[in-house]
Amino acid sequence: MATRSVVPFGPQHPVLPEPIHIDLVLEDEKVIEAIPSIGFIHRGLEKLVEKKDFQEMVYVAERICGICSFGHGYGYVDAIEHIMSIEVPERAKYLRMILFELSRLHSHLLWLGLLADAFGFESLFMDTWRIREGILDMFEESTGGRVIFSINKVGGVRRDIPDEMLKRFVKKLDEIESEVGVAARAFLEDSAVKTRLCGIGKLTAREAEELGCCGPMLRASGIRRDTRKLGYLAYDDIDFDIIASDVGDSYARTEVRLGEIFQSIDIIRQAVSKLPGGETEAPVKGFPDGEYMTRIEQPRGEACYYVKANGKKFIQRMRVRTPTFANIPALTKILQGCDMADVPIMVVTIDPCISCTER
Amino acid sequence: MGAINFTGRVLKNLFSKPVTTKYPFEPHVFKERTRGHVENDMDVCVLCGLCQMKCPTGAITVDKKEQTWEIRPFSCIQCRSCVDQCPKKSLSMAQEYQEPGSEKLTKTFPLSDAQKERLAEQARIAAEKAAAAKAAAEAKKKAEAEIKSE
Repeated sequence: MATRSVVPFGPQHPVLPEPIHIDLVLEDEKVIEAIPSIGFIHRGLEKLVEKKDFQEMVYVAERICGICSFGHGYGYVDAIEHIMSIEVPERAKYLRMILFELSRLHSHLLWLGLLADAFGFESLFMDTWRIREGILDMFEESTGGRVIFSINKVGGVRRDIPDEMLKRFVKKLDEIESEVGVAARAFLEDSAVKTRLCGIGKLTAREAEELGCCGPMLRASGIRRDTRKLGYLAYDDIDFDIIASDVGDSYARTEVRLGEIFQSIDIIRQAVSKLPGGETEAPVKGFPDGEYMTRIEQPRGEACYYVKANGKKFIQRMRVRTPTFANIPALTKILQGCDMADVPIMVVTIDPCISCTER
Repeated sequence: MGAINFTGRVLKNLFSKPVTTKYPFEPHVFKERTRGHVENDMDVCVLCGLCQMKCPTGAITVDKKEQTWEIRPFSCIQCRSCVDQCPKKSLSMAQEYQEPGSEKLTKTFPLSDAQKERLAEQARIAAEKAAAAKAAAEAKKKAEAEIKSE
């Protein structure tokens, strides 16, 4: 029997944009067990509800993570709106949905770049990030920020986005769609890329369900579950199918995320064509009293926001459950029995967002 | 087969202009809505202090005694909440990003002389009005007391 050794992976590693540490128990080149440990970038943002009032807390919620910033802001605001029974105007809902899908686009493109970088396809990495830059420009043009949008507020959105601007965005998205198409062929048909992805990190539907996976990780294993189908915002009016694959390996996860890029572009197109006019924010009176839990579909999977308030200016408790936290158990499962050389690819394919996980 | 997929893109990149700009040599063009930093028009500001109250990070200090408006740019998060709240619209969001620095400085802006005079004039008028109202109220009280004593 080969001797066992423990090799630390992270918190600083070339494939990791953020710090996560995994102890890999190896037997020769095979990983026998993976023990993750998190907590390098805990900032205690949930505790800040004691110091920031319920309207200022939106800015804190947005800053939980730079990539899912819109979703975090929206999730918190949605919980408060439900507690205060605020009827958000239809236009605000549509604008939020468009920005949410743009966030998904930029998050998935960022992830594709990181994946290309992880398997060493440098020019593909640069190409996906070049495409993503176009979406960041749209954010800057419509909200004023490239990463932190500060456009959500309790009751609606703070700035209206003119129809002409959105139509221009849709035209730009047509170009982006064809450019992503070229990159998608490189991801899905390239034989060298396939050897790095196919059959790596296989997760069956049963395992994915039992380990509580969410998002593209769950759908790539064959379970068709998407929180957007609950019909929050205006997703009820939009016609879209859940994108899933039955294979469950790293290639399937890439395929699902690429599919979601095209799906998001289609959702934005539908939303812009159905965009109603009118107000973008509803008046807010008084302070929240009660508790609520919101579930939304972030780019990485289902995220939950729990808010408890007691009728005062400061809310009592805010709790966020992020998708990466739910996907880490599955990561330790798929790492068992894999080759040491495949570990970086698997860590990247769960799309880890550590600053969300640790807040 | 595989390697050919991306060759088109690679060739296109070889013979096309770079996507990036030559930044320090070519000036960066900001978008109209870009939130860069907060500016205050000291000709319009009335030092009401709403921006200080509404700033989520406490980056703004309004000193009514010294008639100055202070901002700590390294604490400012460019959320635009002060600009939305400003009743006189003296605050605005400028597009250029906050310049870097070696220490966390505080920028202090005194009111412009014209605005100081305007505010002093307004305060004088308000004080006169208050004094007149007080005198009128006292006269009324006296008259009522006289009626009662009669």
